[in-house]
Amino acid sequence: MAEIVLDGVSKRYPDGTTAVHDINLTIADREFVILVGPSGCGKSTTLNMIAGLEEISSGELRIDGERVNERAPRDRDIAMVFQSYALYPHMTVRENMAFPLTLAKLPKPEVAAKVGHAAQLLDLTALLDRKPANLSGGQRQRVAMGRAIVRDPKAFLMDEPLSNLDAKLRVQMRTSIARLQKRLGTTTVYVTHDQTEAMTLGDRIVIMYSGVVQQVGPPEELYDRPANLFVAGFIGSPSMNLLPAQVRDDGLHTIIGVIPHRSRGLPPEVVAGIRPEAFQDTRIRGGASFTDTVDILESMGAEKIAYFTFETGETGESGGTAFGDGAQVVARLDPKSRAREGEPATLWYDPAAVHIFDPDSGVNLTA
Amino acid sequence: MKLRWGFIDVLVILYALIPVLWIVSLSFKDPSTITDGSLLPTKWTLSNYAGIFRNDDFLRGLVNSIGIGLISTFVAMVFGTMAAYAIARLAFPGKRLLIGFSLLIAMFPQISLVTPLFQIERSLGLFDTWPGLILPYITFALPLTIYTLSAFFKEIPAELERAAKMDGATPFQAFWKVIVPLAVPGMVTTAILAFIFCWNDFLFAISLTSTSAARTAPATISFFTGSSQFEDPTGSIAAAAVVITIPIVIFVLFFQRRIVAGLTAGAVKG
Repeated sequence: MAEIVLDGVSKRYPDGTTAVHDINLTIADREFVILVGPSGCGKSTTLNMIAGLEEISSGELRIDGERVNERAPRDRDIAMVFQSYALYPHMTVRENMAFPLTLAKLPKPEVAAKVGHAAQLLDLTALLDRKPANLSGGQRQRVAMGRAIVRDPKAFLMDEPLSNLDAKLRVQMRTSIARLQKRLGTTTVYVTHDQTEAMTLGDRIVIMYSGVVQQVGPPEELYDRPANLFVAGFIGSPSMNLLPAQVRDDGLHTIIGVIPHRSRGLPPEVVAGIRPEAFQDTRIRGGASFTDTVDILESMGAEKIAYFTFETGETGESGGTAFGDGAQVVARLDPKSRAREGEPATLWYDPAAVHIFDPDSGVNLTA
Repeated sequence: MKLRWGFIDVLVILYALIPVLWIVSLSFKDPSTITDGSLLPTKWTLSNYAGIFRNDDFLRGLVNSIGIGLISTFVAMVFGTMAAYAIARLAFPGKRLLIGFSLLIAMFPQISLVTPLFQIERSLGLFDTWPGLILPYITFALPLTIYTLSAFFKEIPAELERAAKMDGATPFQAFWKVIVPLAVPGMVTTAILAFIFCWNDFLFAISLTSTSAARTAPATISFFTGSSQFEDPTGSIAAAAVVITIPIVIFVLFFQRRIVAGLTAGAVKG
């Protein structure tokens, strides 16, 4: 169990590119922290620096208050689960899980006991004598987890551990990992590019983009108060509608009409952000509305997703292509909604739920 | 289509094997029928084999061949494995130079080295000794082992080493306990190739030896004489040629079970 502190940690490559820029992050003992972002944002590099697989260019990494920058991975006492699982193919499941313990020169009965315990925890007891080649993807994933938990390390690092599983298994393993982490209470850093995984798993989420931390906070906070345009667009599915707007005295002029809003203190041009789930097709008192033809309606069972396309003026006397010349607005509606594809619908929203962003810096002006 | 391929296969196999059959046939022929030109010996005899095994020089040559071949192969494998691993995994200054040099050595015409080597080994006292042959064999076997092994090492996912490091292995433990077991098929293949190279060599064996102290089997055969000065030692040469292919066949048969593909299956996704 340990606290991990990243103090101004950066990674620069010899060719001059900066993969990770000045991360300051304190991961508390027993905390489950998610590093999330699109590919190439530096999240895996950050994880590898914590692991010791990549050198830290500047800044300091402390585990339990001790500087570990110069320590080899084996001296940091942290375990890692890899995206590809990286099981040793020439060893059985039992040998795979026992490998860290035999390297640590633990007595044999103790190794057997620990492996047995971990196997029981992960439901691997029946598979202990198989080779990885004879396991399914989910089973391999569990063996990789087993190899990590068997030596009771200070922290777990997980690098997209679920991305090679099919959708159903992924959801199942996601809850298992959450339960396991709660049960063991081990500090965990988890890297993913999937915002759903991030939202459902973590105590706190660190959103990264091109090597820079965009926002750190619990899932609800990132959803309710995104710090900037990137976070707003990344968190939530379908993602937030971001509409360019002109600020006038009567409010924000956008393609969906005028959003009533005080204009004082706002720059002349802003970006208005409305979550798809902020729309509904029943009247809201004091709410604003727009009416347009429903372009596509996806019925998901528990909800309906309606897409509206607005001509932006500059394009399309021909009416646009299938890929939508013009701006699209997405609304997430109640399954009982009467909206029909190809027919006009009127949607209501609360102007107070609108986020306003500076178009140049991307900063959220309402948060 | 299948038939045509089958026909071509048979043709190629015949083309490759007829000379071998011919040598085997010659080795069983009585000296009086050696020149009769028939593929099946008309008068069978084992005297050619009995003769070469009564020849102390040939037995000594076999011992030299096996000893020198195994030692050269072993040393070349030890250094070749380490060098190939470094080339496959690490970025270090001079890497391209190392690869270039080993390629250069592999390409170098060996005949041009014979005279200088002869002079060098004579003044160093290595001439006509085991080390005198082992050293040039290692030199020429190393590029071969480095090239084939680094191709094998590149096939092994780098994430396995990272996993081993995270599991608490030192770099040497990661190499020895994770990488080497997975590279065994490649190492066996390479070792066989290196051994065959040393075993087959005639040029160095004939020019860097002068007595049976270090002369290997192929070179010894060239010193065979008939039982009288008017008799060709054809039968004995054929018998010796058959005998010296046997260790190679045993070597390959013994290890072929280890040369199985797909040993890395299950390491990573898929």
